[in-house]
Amino acid sequence: MEKLIALLIAAPLLGAAVLLLGGRRLDRVGHWIGTLLSTASFVFGLVLFTDLLGRNAEHRTLIQHLWTWIPVEGFQADVTFRLDQLSMTFVLLITGVGSLIHLYSVGYMEHDERRRRFFGYLNLFLAAMLLLVLADNYLLLYVGWEGVGLASYLLIGFWQHKPSAATAAKKAFLVNRVGDMGLSIAIMLMFTTFGSFAFGPVFGHVDGASQGKLTAIGLMLLLAACGKSAQVPLQSWLGDAMEGPTPVSALIHAATMVTAGVYLIVRSAAVFDAAPDAQLAVTVVGAVTLLFGAIVGCAKDDIKKALAGSTMSQIGYMVLAAGLGPIGYVFAIMHLVTHGFFKAGLFLGAGSVMHGMNDEVDMRRYGGLRKYMPVTFVTFGLGYLAIIGFPGLSGFFSKDKIIEAAFAKGGTEGWILGGAALVGAAITAFYMTRVMLMTFFGEERWKNQATRSPEAPSAEPAAEHRGETAEPHPHESPKVMTIPMIVLAVGSVFGGGFFSIGDRFLYWLEPVTGHSEGHSPVSAGEVTAATMVCLVIGVAVAWAQYGRKPVPAVAPRGSLLTRAARRDLLQDDFNHVVLVRGGEHLTRSLVYLDHTLVDGVVNGTAAGFGGLSGRLRRLQNGFARSYAVSMFGGAALLVAATLLMRAV
Amino acid sequence: MSTPAVHSLWTTAADRIPQIGAPKIEYGQLSPTLIIIGAALVGVLVEAFVPRRSRYYAQVFVSVVALCAAFAAVLGLAADGYGTTKAHIAAMGAIAVDGPSLFLQGTIVLAGLVGLFTFAERRLDPAAHGNRVDSFAAQAAAVPGSDAEKAAVKAGFTTTEVFPLLLFAVAGMLVFTSANDLLTLFVALEVFSLPLYLLCALARRKRLMSQEAAVKYFLLGAFASAFTLFGIALLYGYAGSVSYARIAQVVDGSVTDVNPALAGTMGNDALLLLGGALLVMGLLFKVGAVPFHMWTPDVYQGAPTPVTGFMAAATKVAAFGALLRLLYVVLPGMRWDWRPVMWAVAIVTMLGGAIVAITQTDIKRLLAYSSIAHAGFILAGVIATSKNGVSSVLFYLAGYSFVTIGAFAVVTLVRDAGGEATHLSKWAGLGRRSPLVAAVFAVFLLAFAGIPLTSGFAGKFAVFKAAAAGGAAPLVVIGVISSAIAAFFYIRVIVLMFFSEPKPQGPTVAVPSPLTMLAIGLGVAVTLVLGVAPQYFLDLATQASVFVR
Repeated sequence: MEKLIALLIAAPLLGAAVLLLGGRRLDRVGHWIGTLLSTASFVFGLVLFTDLLGRNAEHRTLIQHLWTWIPVEGFQADVTFRLDQLSMTFVLLITGVGSLIHLYSVGYMEHDERRRRFFGYLNLFLAAMLLLVLADNYLLLYVGWEGVGLASYLLIGFWQHKPSAATAAKKAFLVNRVGDMGLSIAIMLMFTTFGSFAFGPVFGHVDGASQGKLTAIGLMLLLAACGKSAQVPLQSWLGDAMEGPTPVSALIHAATMVTAGVYLIVRSAAVFDAAPDAQLAVTVVGAVTLLFGAIVGCAKDDIKKALAGSTMSQIGYMVLAAGLGPIGYVFAIMHLVTHGFFKAGLFLGAGSVMHGMNDEVDMRRYGGLRKYMPVTFVTFGLGYLAIIGFPGLSGFFSKDKIIEAAFAKGGTEGWILGGAALVGAAITAFYMTRVMLMTFFGEERWKNQATRSPEAPSAEPAAEHRGETAEPHPHESPKVMTIPMIVLAVGSVFGGGFFSIGDRFLYWLEPVTGHSEGHSPVSAGEVTAATMVCLVIGVAVAWAQYGRKPVPAVAPRGSLLTRAARRDLLQDDFNHVVLVRGGEHLTRSLVYLDHTLVDGVVNGTAAGFGGLSGRLRRLQNGFARSYAVSMFGGAALLVAATLLMRAV
Repeated sequence: MSTPAVHSLWTTAADRIPQIGAPKIEYGQLSPTLIIIGAALVGVLVEAFVPRRSRYYAQVFVSVVALCAAFAAVLGLAADGYGTTKAHIAAMGAIAVDGPSLFLQGTIVLAGLVGLFTFAERRLDPAAHGNRVDSFAAQAAAVPGSDAEKAAVKAGFTTTEVFPLLLFAVAGMLVFTSANDLLTLFVALEVFSLPLYLLCALARRKRLMSQEAAVKYFLLGAFASAFTLFGIALLYGYAGSVSYARIAQVVDGSVTDVNPALAGTMGNDALLLLGGALLVMGLLFKVGAVPFHMWTPDVYQGAPTPVTGFMAAATKVAAFGALLRLLYVVLPGMRWDWRPVMWAVAIVTMLGGAIVAITQTDIKRLLAYSSIAHAGFILAGVIATSKNGVSSVLFYLAGYSFVTIGAFAVVTLVRDAGGEATHLSKWAGLGRRSPLVAAVFAVFLLAFAGIPLTSGFAGKFAVFKAAAAGGAAPLVVIGVISSAIAAFFYIRVIVLMFFSEPKPQGPTVAVPSPLTMLAIGLGVAVTLVLGVAPQYFLDLATQASVFVR
């Protein structure tokens, strides 16, 4: 059964190779090849899953050793895969959601002439992501990690003719490099500390390592997680990444890749459990990000960017839960899975809306679309209810558990983290209701485009690029797009309940991550009640602002906070002032130093040797007599030196 | 023949009053040298009896056969274990048959063979009066520019004597590396030096310069030989013997009986130090170490380029072989005296060669200074005084000799109306016109510079590693600095060839015969093989690194 694990990765990798190397010949069938191989991988996943279910909990770890990658004395890197409950969960999420999104893309990318290449990249992403979650050592994980970074870069910049997309791709790549550095440093630290970077030896020897080293490793892993999962302070790339085609946003920048950081932290549970300081940092990052993302999500008029803020915020929840240790690991992953369903569904819904609205993304030019896109409306609406945590739906179960776990952390920390999570829940309800109302309810603001003010900020260059100025004719998307949305909506509705009832998910994952109940100062019922109150407040405020009053087609100036939030809470300004300007000053001074000092020394040395050479050269005057004298002098010196040596 | 018998004869001879008897010569073990000498004598007879028209072919045939046979003989001896277990001293104590001598003899014979290919090249110069001509003067005795010379050219004379001369030189070198007493050493020195002096004078073009080079080489070589001979005399006075083993025993004090005729001098350390220093000086002259290097640039530039290539490679191998044997077999007891002095010589040689090369404008002179710097690097390995020191030097010499002959062979290809275009300015943009030739030359230059994946890197690495392990870390630091300086002028030539605009009336690259192509191709192949997969050859050199005593 272990032999199947490699096939999980091999299928999409083969797809990527065939599609990217196959050339134009495959243009007509390429998308189906990609979808087929992605589905094949999903089927392998299901086979393995049933096999795992048939085993006892303690025998559910499958190891497949393929070959030794770097066989150096004292530095052993193997290509070995580990399939346990944690990676199995990810495999199903990645291949399942991935296959649905492949299917959706068949319709969404129908008119794009580079569709084959798009599917090649999607397959490449699946292969890399599967490698990431199946690797049995950090070095191999790093390969997958870089692979998904590459796929993300290629896909964000897929519409490379748009300068904004090219810039966004570059930005995502650069910011991710910072996180990647963290991961590579963490791997090096592991090697110096444990003499290995394979999961077994590292986790097995945590007890013997010093606290300082473990904290350093933990913080470096956190840095890596921040980069990939768009957590503060490396969050700035995610909003811009929405420049990519919407299926990409759904698959990579909502459901799977951005959760790699959470995977990394949960996988490294042994390290974090032994380094409480690093754990605290993880919870702080998570709490800050969940509020940060939520606030940004409230102010965005671009539907995808609002959803991106929401993604950031929801991953903040997961990171927060992962930082809580054994209290939270299971719920971090559970929220990750349910979020994978409903966020992918929401993005696909957003894509469907854009598809029907001539690629318009500004919600202020939507409105009343429920009549025109009933399927999209219903699936999106179910996703919406799931994400705000409507009782009975997926998000309700998973988010509620995280808030409970945050309180269960205990002490002041517990109150602060729990409070932040509660506030986040209220804001989530607010911004998601806002998205819902602006898109599907209210007046149809897309009629009478003439009212559009010429000064209106252009939120979406794509619309201009495609030269769409005519009034859109909203319509429902084709079946190939709606079917994945329906499937995901089903997952959004029932996933959480299925996992939570009878603690199925807990028992499934516990052998890998461990679990403890913690000591909550408040009861589960009280937390649920508080969450409900927050939910109602959030929805009510949003209704008051966007449901009762008409939504202006041009954004009002807004408060200081709103304006800051529209600019992503000044993240780019901060980066510009601190990093870009600072970097410029640093490079300028270094260049100056290089020119004066380094070049001075180098050129001086060169000139010195040149001069010396010219002078020595004159000794070579061509006269045999001078040469003989030189030899004689040399011989005399040789003899004298030899005699002197003995005398000394 | 029975090896122990010979051995005991030799050891007991020192104890008893020597008896005059028929010398016992192990012809089989000396076969490489004997084959070459025999072929050289046949070459002389060819000159005397074969019609002029056929001489070239006869000479080339004899030489190639002889060199191949000699190489086969070396391989046979090595396969028989004479390099390792059966290593011993042959010919009444005159010749050592052991790992280093067989390895170096193999290298010299191969260098001779590759050198011979370039000697035999006859397609580069345009045919004179319908006769194919080589790099050598039509008639060496004719005064340059005289009517006699013109007549000789017109008659299509060629100096086919160069082939036996080459063979004599090779034979001398073979003995030089394996000589096990000082007289044999000296005779071998003269046997290989005299043909080289002659060969240097034989250039077809720029004959005055060639003759000047030969005279200088001869004068300075004779001067150095005098020092060597004086050193030998002093050592004899010190030890009462010219045998290496005997001197070594006296140096380390294991033999104390005094020859009554030498009662006044034997055991006098001043004689040992003086004699040792002078003898070493003679060898340093041959390897071209500073300050005994002055002849090198003038001779390398003036000599016919094929001769320069052969000389630069083979002489260095032979002279370092003799130096190694002298320092490791004869004088290990006084290494605390010679090591500091050799340190100083190695340092000034590395730095001197590299620094003066920077301002050279002639490619042959540039390569001459480069060879001086390389002598310094090899000296660093010699100074290591360890088994690894020996093996690294052996490896270095093998790699270096092929690069050198190859590089000089490329120099023969780049020509203009006046023959070879050796001024560097003429090489500008060569890479655009003749990318293949320029690329090959670039490979050789990179090997000289010691860039990884070339034999130069593997050799330099081995030598420096041995030197560092032998406690000469500062020497290694200076060696690396010198390599950096040297890299400048090697890379500068590459830049010149590939990144400069070609001159409008620049030189052309002549299409050589397969002989030169073979020489260059072998050079490239060996350079890359030794650079990419050096381990086998390093192991071979390590096996061959024990001197017989």
